[in-house]
Amino acid sequence: MSMSAHDLDDIPGTVIYDGREAMRGYPLNKMCYSFNRADAREEFRHDPEAYMTKFKLNDQQKAAVRARNATKLIEAGGNIYYLAKLAGIFGLSVQDLGAQQTGMTVDAFKDMLKKQGD
Amino acid sequence: MARIIGGLTSSHIPAVGAAYAKKQFEDPYWKPFFAGYPPIHKWLAEQKPDVAVVFYNDHGLNFFLDKMPTFAIGAAFEYENQDEGWGLPVVGKFKGYPELSWQIIDSVVADGFDVCSCQEMAVDHGFAVPVQLFWGDQTKNPIKTVPICVNTVQHPVPTPMRCYRLGQAIGRAISAFPSDEKVVILGTGGMSHQLDGKRAGFINKKFDLMCMEKIVDHPEELAKISTHELIREAGAQGLEFILWLGMRGCLGDRVKRLHQNYHIPISNTAAGTLLLEKAA
Repeated sequence: MSMSAHDLDDIPGTVIYDGREAMRGYPLNKMCYSFNRADAREEFRHDPEAYMTKFKLNDQQKAAVRARNATKLIEAGGNIYYLAKLAGIFGLSVQDLGAQQTGMTVDAFKDMLKKQGD
Repeated sequence: MARIIGGLTSSHIPAVGAAYAKKQFEDPYWKPFFAGYPPIHKWLAEQKPDVAVVFYNDHGLNFFLDKMPTFAIGAAFEYENQDEGWGLPVVGKFKGYPELSWQIIDSVVADGFDVCSCQEMAVDHGFAVPVQLFWGDQTKNPIKTVPICVNTVQHPVPTPMRCYRLGQAIGRAISAFPSDEKVVILGTGGMSHQLDGKRAGFINKKFDLMCMEKIVDHPEELAKISTHELIREAGAQGLEFILWLGMRGCLGDRVKRLHQNYHIPISNTAAGTLLLEKAA
């Protein structure tokens, strides 16, 4: 029997972004992928609600975008590499996203990164 | 025939691209990272390779989840870096080498690796950052490149052993290319890091250092690690270590480690730099 990606689910606190996630998250990720284009970013900034509707985001995904929260965006099927483009629009760094997901302050998160080098 | 002279590894994180653009080489945060490069620059200046074959992963510039090839090989005359959406400065074009690309594609498909060939391909920071770190500005005297893009974004991803074996096949393809050029192989990305989930910020120094040690003389043993174990030990994005195994596969059995640097953290990541010279 071949191993399914979900056999990886036992690594605590870790998202394995597989087909199950990809199916759920497709509209959200597709919207995020569009943000490679400056005109798309501008259109989103101008009217985020209309832009989310255009990409057919579901209610959970829309709420997660409004909340600007990495944990909720990932729960809604977002893939971190595409979410990074949305985070960029919001001015959030990967340390900001890390702090959100771990419940730390950004400074504490950065400190935690640094300490792992000791 | 073309000759592989060595392999290099480098982090490819976007923050490095931004720091490079701002020339923050002496900045206290960046200095321990950039300090890993001058010995490699010296070696490159002596060896003068003609071609860089670059293992990297696309992070949502060229490929979206609508079509996600496991292995994609660039076969273009040039590769453009483009806007990735979050403010990383766009660097110019990179020079391709389609004749060598097709040699590799023809050879590895015959060898059982059914790759996706790409005559148009935008290359993101995963490719652009390491090429710049090693060769600088690509607008003058650019090095010829062949991008080897591996899916690390959406599971199922290729196993570590599969990447190592692809590297071996690419190594055979290059060695059969009728040319007297010198080729270096880049393994980019890593080392341990995780961006998503409650374990975000995870770094594993002990595991990284073991990998940097073992990849020199015992790569095949290292490549036996499962995807599961690699993610557990290196983090969800530390999975990018499979790109290093692809590089190492190209080099053949015997290599000599000429230089190594390891630093924590750069952004959310442990950064590892290696120079492996292929034994004659």
